[in-house]
Amino acid sequence: MNKNTVRLDQVKTKSSQGFSLKDWLLVAPRVSVLLLAAIFFAVPLLWLLFAPSKTDDQILQSAPLAFGALENFAVAFHNLMTYGDGVLLTWAGNSVLYAVLAVLLAVAVCVPAGYVLATQNFPGRKLLLNLTLIGLIMPASALVLPLFLGMTSVKLVNTLWSVVLPSAFFPFGVYLSFVYFAGNLAKDVLNSARIDGCDEFQLFRYIGLPLASPAVSLVAFFCFVGSWNNYFLPFVMLNDDRTFSLPIGLAALVSSTPALNPAVGGFILPIKRPEVALAGLFVIVPIVVIFVFSQRFVRSGMTAGAEKG
Amino acid sequence: VLSRRTYWQSYVMLFPYIIFLLAFGLLPTFYTVYLSVTDNSSQIFVGITNFMTAFGDFRFLSALKNVFLFMLIWLPAMLVVVSTLSLLLHVRQSWFSETMKMLYYIPGAITGSASVLVWLFMFTPSLSPFGGLFGLFGVNNLVQTLNADQMPWVIAIMTLFASAGFWIVVIYGALMGIPKELLEAAQIDGCNDFQLATRIKLPLVSRYLVLMLILSFAGGIQVFVEPQVIYSATLKSFGNSTWSLNQLAYNYVVELGNFSISAALSLGLLLISLALALIVIYKTDFYRTEAAE
Repeated sequence: MNKNTVRLDQVKTKSSQGFSLKDWLLVAPRVSVLLLAAIFFAVPLLWLLFAPSKTDDQILQSAPLAFGALENFAVAFHNLMTYGDGVLLTWAGNSVLYAVLAVLLAVAVCVPAGYVLATQNFPGRKLLLNLTLIGLIMPASALVLPLFLGMTSVKLVNTLWSVVLPSAFFPFGVYLSFVYFAGNLAKDVLNSARIDGCDEFQLFRYIGLPLASPAVSLVAFFCFVGSWNNYFLPFVMLNDDRTFSLPIGLAALVSSTPALNPAVGGFILPIKRPEVALAGLFVIVPIVVIFVFSQRFVRSGMTAGAEKG
Repeated sequence: VLSRRTYWQSYVMLFPYIIFLLAFGLLPTFYTVYLSVTDNSSQIFVGITNFMTAFGDFRFLSALKNVFLFMLIWLPAMLVVVSTLSLLLHVRQSWFSETMKMLYYIPGAITGSASVLVWLFMFTPSLSPFGGLFGLFGVNNLVQTLNADQMPWVIAIMTLFASAGFWIVVIYGALMGIPKELLEAAQIDGCNDFQLATRIKLPLVSRYLVLMLILSFAGGIQVFVEPQVIYSATLKSFGNSTWSLNQLAYNYVVELGNFSISAALSLGLLLISLALALIVIYKTDFYRTEAAE
């Protein structure tokens, strides 16, 4: 389908014998708008990427997108490590731990549930599906304060589980698995295996699971990104800075230094703009790398079930 | 015919999810309902008193206004930016359009405090690559960019930066799903690129734009990170701790220890999200659950 559309365009271009002035007048606005948008989306990130290559003074004086020197990255990293005895690395470790635990739990919980919802008809199925839909459409932030109030009453705040367990409650993952199994697993196959004497666990183990890897990667991707970037939930749940995740730590680091507010004095740590920018890169780079390879997940995830095939 | 064994084994596989659904979905919601109708210290039923107190708080009206203004800027901006860019990308598919799409998409990875940090630098005229633009508006320091009147704009720009790319990918994907015969037929009938985009493609993907607006609205009223981080990162120089509704609800717990009023506010926000979720489920055909039957 894609290829055909391209072919049609090529035919058109060819028939007009190269680019005339009229063609340029048609093409130029489109290209300019797209490039302008690219500036808006890309420049802030480029700036952040280059900032740690400069000293604090250079950031103020040189052109905003100029590159300084590579060794300044090392200097900034060294300075950053003076903050709380290198607590940034602890936060990075925490972020990985919280996200990985949430992903493992979410996959273990969501994939079997989606499988059963897609392949069985049982009392309560409709209710469970509707609750899942409500849970997936409502923004996760709507439940953060209710969860915080609940976690406080059972004395779980400020623990690893207060962040991991709510992140592993992932109705979107159940829905993705449900749609995937509903579309890719013929009921006849399951029924004939049942007649051959397979029980439900064996069906899931030998027929469902081997097919499940696309569903598992979708669930894992969305859950990881959600957990890594989450700010509101860990912000309300965690109050000991050794347990912070990177996003919370980053905000704490910025607010305990004058990097964004040089007018305020009285700070001794060497945490200035290059250091803060480098800390920002710690949060951003892993997720950007994952994102670059995941564009197709976004489409298949968002439109799952909305289209046939 | 499903045997009894089939049933219990199926429920075993569902069991962990049901527990999570109860523990981290339904129970906190019901607990919040309970808190919102009882007195904070005596736990006696007080009806709607907490709601009256919350809605009567002068900070509530101000937060409501802030969130409303922010969405008044952000939602139309999303509609214009996402539909324009996806349609322009779709005119001709090439390495150029693929690269542009990737560039728009990547900032979606950067949300929360990192995005706020980047934009605080971008909004500092002396540091920003966009410095020249600020000059045009006669703005030359952070005090002028982050003043209270402009805060809804600042937060709308931050949010647009982080949220547009995701939807561009989705809408672009929907455009790729339009049958090519339809587009060819329109071209043969004399449709130019502009007419093709506005009269054929746009109506065909409009339901995705509607979904985007509903989900964005539901997320937007919950805004918390951006104003909170602006406030803390600028060492309380800009914004405030009760700028948004969620901040106000959080503030009631941490500053005043008042769980009941916090619950009343959170419940209000939760019910709006719930209503929007029900609209999406019952009024659109995006989330089909009956394909399996």
